[in-house]
Parts: sequence; structure tokens; C-alpha cells
Amino acid sequence: MTTNTEENTRKNIIEFLIRFGDDRLILGHRLSEWCGHAPILEEDIALANIALDCIGQASSLLKLAVEIEGENRSEDDLAYLRNEREFKNIQLVEQPNEDFAYTIVRQFFYDTFAVLYLEKLQNSSLEDLAGIAAKSLKESKYHFRHSKEWMLRLGDGTEFSNQKVQSAVNDLWQFTDELFYEDEINTQLIEAGIIFPADEIKTEWIKIINEIFSRAKILLPRDGGMIYGGRNGIHSEYLGHLLAEMQIVARSYPNAKW
Amino acid sequence: MSENGKPGTQWSSWEVFVQAKSGDPHVHVGNVHAPDGELAIQNARDVYTRRNEGISLWVVPSENIIATSPSDSGPFFDPANDKIFRHTKFYSTPKGVRGV
Repeated sequence: MTTNTEENTRKNIIEFLIRFGDDRLILGHRLSEWCGHAPILEEDIALANIALDCIGQASSLLKLAVEIEGENRSEDDLAYLRNEREFKNIQLVEQPNEDFAYTIVRQFFYDTFAVLYLEKLQNSSLEDLAGIAAKSLKESKYHFRHSKEWMLRLGDGTEFSNQKVQSAVNDLWQFTDELFYEDEINTQLIEAGIIFPADEIKTEWIKIINEIFSRAKILLPRDGGMIYGGRNGIHSEYLGHLLAEMQIVARSYPNAKW
Repeated sequence: MSENGKPGTQWSSWEVFVQAKSGDPHVHVGNVHAPDGELAIQNARDVYTRRNEGISLWVVPSENIIATSPSDSGPFFDPANDKIFRHTKFYSTPKGVRGV
């Protein structure tokens, strides 16, 4: 019985690490697409820095996952050799960059969640996870500052920039509830003290969104349908294309070293 | 962006100063473009302090720097060369003085 529970916990930890790691890997890759294309050099550097932070966090989380798994896979195997249905990131992070406002809104929704959740997660009873969370929190706080300041400037900027942000918010809102998606994997890990219920931070998340929206003169979309599925490998049409680009070198030259 | 901001218009320039460790002076390291002070600080952080270069940042609008012009360099700086008594090494330290 005990062994069963332990085995179950182990599997669930691996799954949680992959879900959480995939969020950062896919978001980091999306941000990296701005490299060389951002509106101004300084912002190009900022977005590339944030992309690198995300990919670094993903690397730590996926590495921990394969270590616990113990099947001689590496974090690179997870990143480059899995297919679309095996990716467990939420759909928000795979949405295309579209334009700068869109990218900032996507990032703002995500960063706000990341800061609040990592603050909890740094108290995880799983020491390695707590460590990764504490380190990631510092980075995510800076990411939040960056996306929040841009929300304020674009939202409360010109009529044109306000429209851009509002339309991005309207499009992306349907992906936000998946940030708080939980299933039996979460329930079991919450009981074990390894992770924390996401709904504990939902009120705070909405409070921050509301506050920044009101300062940025952005309207909260009316409650509509929400889209889920990413945590179980169901994705929008965009993830496949992203993976094709992200994985082509690793798949074309297996085991290449550089 | 700002009221003068047409798309494609360059943001204003900010001079960046980094303090390497507590007690050190803030040293000029370069400049960044930004629409305002907060974003200038963020841009400066990303451009100049990503590799542990400092613990504190200052940004100053470049237009607020009052500078000498190249044509000033003669009258401003040359006379110092032949007034050797302005330099400490002109004076010898008397024997018996400690802690200098």
C-alpha cells in the first residue's frame, strides 16, 4: 500500500515537473522568436533575456523530472524528442506572438501567475523543487515588472496602443483559467505537501489583473468560455508548428554535440 | 509612445551609471534608449548588469548632462601641464609623517 502511494507520488511529481517545465520551455521559445525583431534594440535584449530565463527554468525542472524518472533520459530528450501530444504546457504560452502588445499581454497574464505560485512553491517539501522555485521567483519578479510596466504604458498610451492591448486581452482571456487547472495529480501532490492549490492565489491574481487593467484603461472581458486541454496534451494548432521549428536541428542530427 | 512618439521615432537617450559594490562610486558605463525613467532603469539592467556587474543603477537623461565641448579642451585642461605645483608629487613628504 505504502509502496503504491510512493510510486504514485513519484509519477505525479514527474508529471507536475513536465507540465510546469513545458510552460516555461514553450513560452521561452515563443519569446526567443522576437530576437532580432523587437521594436527597439533595448527591448530586443530584454525579451531575449526573459526568454533565456524561461528556458533556464524549464531546463532545471525537466532535468529534475528525468532524474526522478531514472530512465536515462536527459532534459534535452524531453525538449526535443517528444511529440505535440506529449507536451503538457497550458495553451496560453503556445499562442503566437502576433505583435508586441499581444506578447506583452500573454506575458503579463503568465508572470502574474508565476510570481504568486512560485512564492508558494518555494516552501515545497520536495527540496530540489523548492530550490528551483526560489531561484525562479527572483527572475519572475523581474519579468512581472517588465510586462506590468509595458501594460501600463501601452494601455494608457495612445488610442492605437490601447486598442492593440485591448484586442490582445480579448483574444487571450479564454486561455487564462487554465493557469489554475488542477486534476487528481495536483490533489495528490497537495496532500503530500509538495505543491499548493492554485485556487489559493486565484483571488490575488484577479486582484492584480484588475488593478493593472484599471490603471492601463483596459476592460476586463466579460466571462465567456474558457479553453483547457494543454495539461492533458491537447493543444491549439500553433504548438505543432512551434515544435517543428524548435526540434528540427535536434531531430535532423541525432546526438549531435555542440 | 509618448506625445512626440510617432512609430519609428527613436526614444530619448539615458546615461547609465553602475555601482559595483556597496561604498563604490557609481561609474558611467554607457547609455540606453527608453521612453521614461522606469523603463530606462529596466533597459539598463538588461544591457549592463546581467552578469553581476553591480548592485545599484542610476539613469540620467542624457540631455541633462552639461558637457565641455572639444574646443574648450585647450583653455580648460592644458594649463595644468606646466603648473607642476598643482600635483601632489611636487611636494616631498617630510620625514616622520606617517599614514600618508
